[in-house]
Parts: sequence; C-alpha cells; structure tokens
Amino acid sequence: MLDVSKIRADFPILSRQVNNKPLVYFDNAATSQTPEVVIDTIVDYYSNYNANIHRGVHTLSQEATDKYEIARQKIQAHFNAKFSHEIIFTSGTTHSINLVANGFSALLKAGDEIIVSALEHHSNIVPWQMLCERTGAILKVIPMNQEGELIMETYDKLLSNKTKLVFVNHISNALGTINPIEYIIEKAHAVGAAVLIDGAQSCPHIKPDVQALDVDFYVASAHKVCGPTGVGMLYGKEAWLNKLPPYQGGGEMIAEVSFEKTTYADLPHKFEAGTPNICGGIAFGAALDYMNAIGFDNIATYENELLAYATEKLSTIEGLKIYGTAKHKTSVISFNLEGIHPYDVGTILDKLGIAVRTGHHCAQPIMDFFCIPGTIRASFAFYNTKEEIDILVAGVKKAKMMLS
Amino acid sequence: MTIEDIQNEIIDEFSMFEDWEERYQYMIDLGKDLPIINDEYKTDSNIIKGCQSKVWVHAELNNDKIEFTADSDAIITKGIIAILIRVFNNQHPKDIIEANTDFIDKIGLKEHLSPTRANGLVSMIKQLKLYAIAYQTQIK
Ligand SMILES: Cc1ncc(COP(=O)(O)O)c(C=O)c1O
Repeated sequence: MLDVSKIRADFPILSRQVNNKPLVYFDNAATSQTPEVVIDTIVDYYSNYNANIHRGVHTLSQEATDKYEIARQKIQAHFNAKFSHEIIFTSGTTHSINLVANGFSALLKAGDEIIVSALEHHSNIVPWQMLCERTGAILKVIPMNQEGELIMETYDKLLSNKTKLVFVNHISNALGTINPIEYIIEKAHAVGAAVLIDGAQSCPHIKPDVQALDVDFYVASAHKVCGPTGVGMLYGKEAWLNKLPPYQGGGEMIAEVSFEKTTYADLPHKFEAGTPNICGGIAFGAALDYMNAIGFDNIATYENELLAYATEKLSTIEGLKIYGTAKHKTSVISFNLEGIHPYDVGTILDKLGIAVRTGHHCAQPIMDFFCIPGTIRASFAFYNTKEEIDILVAGVKKAKMMLS
Repeated sequence: MTIEDIQNEIIDEFSMFEDWEERYQYMIDLGKDLPIINDEYKTDSNIIKGCQSKVWVHAELNNDKIEFTADSDAIITKGIIAILIRVFNNQHPKDIIEANTDFIDKIGLKEHLSPTRANGLVSMIKQLKLYAIAYQTQIK
C-alpha cells in the first residue's frame, strides 16, 4: 500500500498553484515530476564534486567518476542487464533510438526489412525512415485495431527471413496500450531479427527485466521516471553493441588516436563520445532508487486503481469518448468531447490548474486512424489522487458547459 | 473607427468581466459570430501555421481597405481570431501594418502572446499583417 500523502510531500512542485488553483498534474506521460531526493542529488553534485569524469587524477574527478559509474550499475541492476557496460548513457530515448538506427546502417542491405508498429511516437518512425533511405531497406508496419491493440496475426505474416529489426514501444504514449513484447521478441528471434523496445512509457510503471525478455535493445528516458531531462539510456546485449559501429566521434570513445588509425574504446565508452550529462546520469540513478524504494508492484497496483476510477468517472460524462480501450493498458486516458476541439478543453482545464496534454501526442498516424485532430490525454502517476481525478472530472464538465 | 478606437472599445468591454471565466465565455461567444470564411478559401495554403488548432484566414481588398474572413476548428481560437479581425477589418493596409497590439495584454489574454503558445496568436497577428503588406504594394 502506498502512503500517497507522504509521497506527495516528497515532490515540492505538487504544492504549487497554477492560475490561483492547486496544481493537478496529469501530464506524467510527457514528463514526471521530481522528488526532493533527486533535486538534492543534483544540488549535491554541483555543490560538492562537479568535475569531468574518466580523465582527471584529482579527487573531484574521481568522486564524480565513481558516482557516475555507480549510477550505471544501479541502472544495470534495475533492468537486470548482465553487465554494466551493456548500459549506455544517452541524452534520452530519442538519442538511444538514433544510436541503434545509425548503427544498423552498417549492417543492412537493400531489400532487408524493418518492422515498426502503428502505435509509435512519430518522431521515432523518422530514424527508421532515414535508415531505409540510406540502406534501401523496407519499412513494414504492424497495424492496430479499434481498441488500439496491435494485430499480432498481421505481425506474424510480416515476419520473414528478410526481417532484420523489429521496433515497438512497450507502452504506447498516446493510448497507454501495453504491447505483447514477449510474443513480439520471441517471434522476431525465430526469424533471426533483432528487437529494439522503446521503454519510454513503460519504465514509469513497470520494471523490465531485459534478460528475462531476452530483448536485444531496450531504451528509456530519465525524465519519465522522476529523473531530470536530457539523460536516458540504451541497453544493448553485449554482442550487439560490439557489432554496431560507434555513433559519434569524439573524446571518451577512443582508445588510441593517430592520423592513420584510431582504435575505439571498449563498451560502454565506445558510444559515449564527449563529456556526458554527468549530473543527469547520477540523478537518474537516484530517481530509480526512489521509485524502487516505493516499489513497482505498489506503483502498478495504485495506478491501476486510479485508471479504473478515472475511466469510470469520465465515462459518465455524456458525449465523452475514450480512445484506446486495450485490455492491457497503463494509467493513460486519451479522450474527446463530442463536437469540441481538444485544444479548447485543454485551455479551460489549464485555467483550472489542471495540466493535461492536448494534440496528437506525436502520434499523428494514430490520430489519422481514428480520424481526429487529437485528443485530451490525462496520464496518472503514483503521486496523483482520486480527489485530483474528481477535480479533472468537474473541470471537463465545466469545459463542456462553456464550450458547447 | 480607427484601429485604436476599436481596441479601446474592446478593452472597455473586457474590463467589465470579473474573472477568467467571463472573459473566456465572451471570447467563445465572439468566436460564434466570426465572419466565416467561404469554403473555397478554406484551403491548406490559407492555414496559419503554429496553431495546435487549424486557423484559416482569407483577405480581400475593397476600396483600398482589407476585408478579413476566417475560421478555426477550435472555438477559443475562433474567439481570438474574431477579436483580431474586429480590430483590423475594413482598415487601410498601412494602418494595419503600423498598428500595435498591446491591447491583447490589457484584455487579460497576455498568456496567449507568448510565441511558443500552442494557439499561435502571434502567428495570427503576423499573418494578418503580412496580408496588409501584400495589399499595400497593390495600392501604390
Ligand atoms: C513512447 C515514447 N518514445 C520516445 C519518446 C521520446 O523521449 P525523449 O523525448 O525523452 O527522447 C517519448 C516521449 O514522449 C515516448 O512517449
């Protein structure tokens, strides 16, 4: 059981006002809020041991390096990776995906196939389109049904020995659908394809075990799991990371340099050119510690309660339609009021101190599928409450009254 | 009336409202009265970019003055464009180009003025002024 009022006290931002109303923060799928321990970690870094890592013999540099590497181990433990060098620090999910897509340009040839899902964040479709342009590979898409679930029968048919890579998000940001990644991974491996799972939306709710999943690559962003922005991670199986060429050239990623030949550093440094977001990486570790102390089972149980409560309450509003009604979904509700633009509703809710996301949620293909310009998306975290959901429901009713 | 007169009139109207709710309700009502653009002009090339909702604007020159019509798929956005059109409609291009738009701040809609704001009020003003610049060259 969660002690929500105690948890809320950990988040300074939750006590602020917006437009003279107590903040109700329901845009967690975009960015989660930051607990005091993580803020303290950031302050501690800059106050006490800010230095460049892996280079200096001096004490500060040693301390910073140690903390940064300990953070990597925390991430390794969290995802249950076999080795800490299988964890690459990146600037976030987008960077991690581009790193893998770029690496595959060296491994693909014309006629090879990449499979992505219709549920993707559209910025994540672009790296694969660019990869296909560079290599002549072909992009195939797993379609979805009206509930917002991927159609596995079609996926089975798309797979062949031409398939080299499958890219799917673990959980959809627009609809909250939890995708059957165990099945997707197993089937891809059966035809010899690698699998990259986008865990940006799953990591706030689920603790993935990359070894149990047998996934080849798994990526996530710290800012969705109570960490800071601008830092994230790529997990890759050692064998795959060794196979991929480096992404960017620069300091830190080389072993020896001469004008004739440069030899690359070992993992993970091969993929970590330049001075990284040291403080961010350390704070990412602190954020995972914080969430693990609460416990992902507790988080999931509580968030499911919030989801069920919000779904029930919102459904009583006449003319409100929920998009994404998958059997397995997380605490995200995408909805519209009949005949009312989501932007209008979002504007009124903001006036009431309620933060929701409106628009296409970077998932234009999904909006096109439902023939709508966008939705209002409320996404709940473990620090939200049923009282806040009541405020949302009242706010939506008010918006409906004002706008129709 | 001059652009400034109209702006002052709008400021007067808005000053009667006690809170955001009345202001927004008024804006929503203004949106409903917007001179609606002819369907033939509701084309992709008439869409103002930078808005989360779609905004179409059409401008025509009549007796050296510009007549604006517009539409949006979101009602609050429609209200905002309605206010702008009320200010600029049937004015000389030169006056439109030179007009300042500080009145937005005075009617409590300052929050919409930020260039990063999703409704693109700034883009709307820019677009109306661009029409004026284009027609100004025709008059000379
Ligand atoms: C499913 C998914 N993938 C990727 C991203 C991009 O993450 P970032 O902006 O942290 O790189 C997001 C963020 O909204 C997301 O929801």
